[in-house]
Amino acid sequence: MSKVRGAVVVDNNKCKGCGLCVEACPCKVLTLSQKVNLKGYSYAYMAEPDKCTGCTNCATVCPDAVITVYRAKID
Amino acid sequence: MENNILDQIIKPENCVFKKTRLLTDKPFHYCPGCGHGVIHRITMEVIEELGIEEQTIGVAPVGCAVMAYDYMDIDVQEAAHGRAPAVATGIKRVYPNKYVFTYQGDGDLAAIGTAETMHCCNRGENILIIFVNNGIYGMTGGQMAPTTLEGAKTATCPYGRDVSTMGYPIRITELVAQLPAVRFVTRQSVHTPAAVRKCKNAIKKAMQYQSEGKQGTCIVEVLSNCNSGWKMSPVQANKWMEENTFKYYQPGDIKDNFKLLKSPVIEQQ
Repeated sequence: MSKVRGAVVVDNNKCKGCGLCVEACPCKVLTLSQKVNLKGYSYAYMAEPDKCTGCTNCATVCPDAVITVYRAKID
Repeated sequence: MENNILDQIIKPENCVFKKTRLLTDKPFHYCPGCGHGVIHRITMEVIEELGIEEQTIGVAPVGCAVMAYDYMDIDVQEAAHGRAPAVATGIKRVYPNKYVFTYQGDGDLAAIGTAETMHCCNRGENILIIFVNNGIYGMTGGQMAPTTLEGAKTATCPYGRDVSTMGYPIRITELVAQLPAVRFVTRQSVHTPAAVRKCKNAIKKAMQYQSEGKQGTCIVEVLSNCNSGWKMSPVQANKWMEENTFKYYQPGDIKDNFKLLKSPVIEQQ
């Protein structure tokens, strides 16, 4: 059975680690990283990529427009 | 295995959301979690969706959003503090067929620019005013604004805003809604994905009203957080806004097509 799967790509060095996407994600896919980026912020990343449905909620609330969302049907 | 699936998904043809091309690549200077970034983005998305980037002129304020012209890849004019509606009036009268919008904060629109705002709305200039209300002077370091809530602590009212000496928080949106020349007045917020989508629709509607050639000012007030000024984390600030700000500044449409949808007069308790 095919399943709709999503993927989130965060521009790590522009992310400021505000955590609004983590809060907005209904599937609890995103988490803030332990590592920091060039500016010293922990950035958001997909901790559980298999749960992502590509709903675009994270990108909708992202204040820095650093999130790109992809969605596809996977067999 | 998991990486293979991700490679299958992450392809240009599967892209469902990406940054609008009307935002430049320059990173925003705003604090992490600031609502300004979202409002910039949805405004530019609306302009891109309507395909009017060649015909749109923005007017930037003084305040946190003073650098808006650096981020918006359209024509933007910087105005003196609070005078954005006056500058926008001039632009609109010279170019009546252009879409003109101002982007202002509460310190700009509700404090130093109150006169310009009121008279622009009273003349019914055919422009859109985007009013970002975060209830504090963010850029200068968190001082009390006219919109600061009663009891809220800021740098200049460290014991909380006392209405007996500092006055009540001003609901500028309800004030201008009473003017007959104002066409569309709404109050939105950007704290959740649903609210962002609603706010985008409101901005789109207001932008489209301009093309109909009718006189009438549109105002979209957007409630935003100022987590640095409020001394909270971005997530906490949004929650605080929902619990406190929304009680005083109730979201929703106030006026549409010159018709009041609810009474703009609110009795003080």
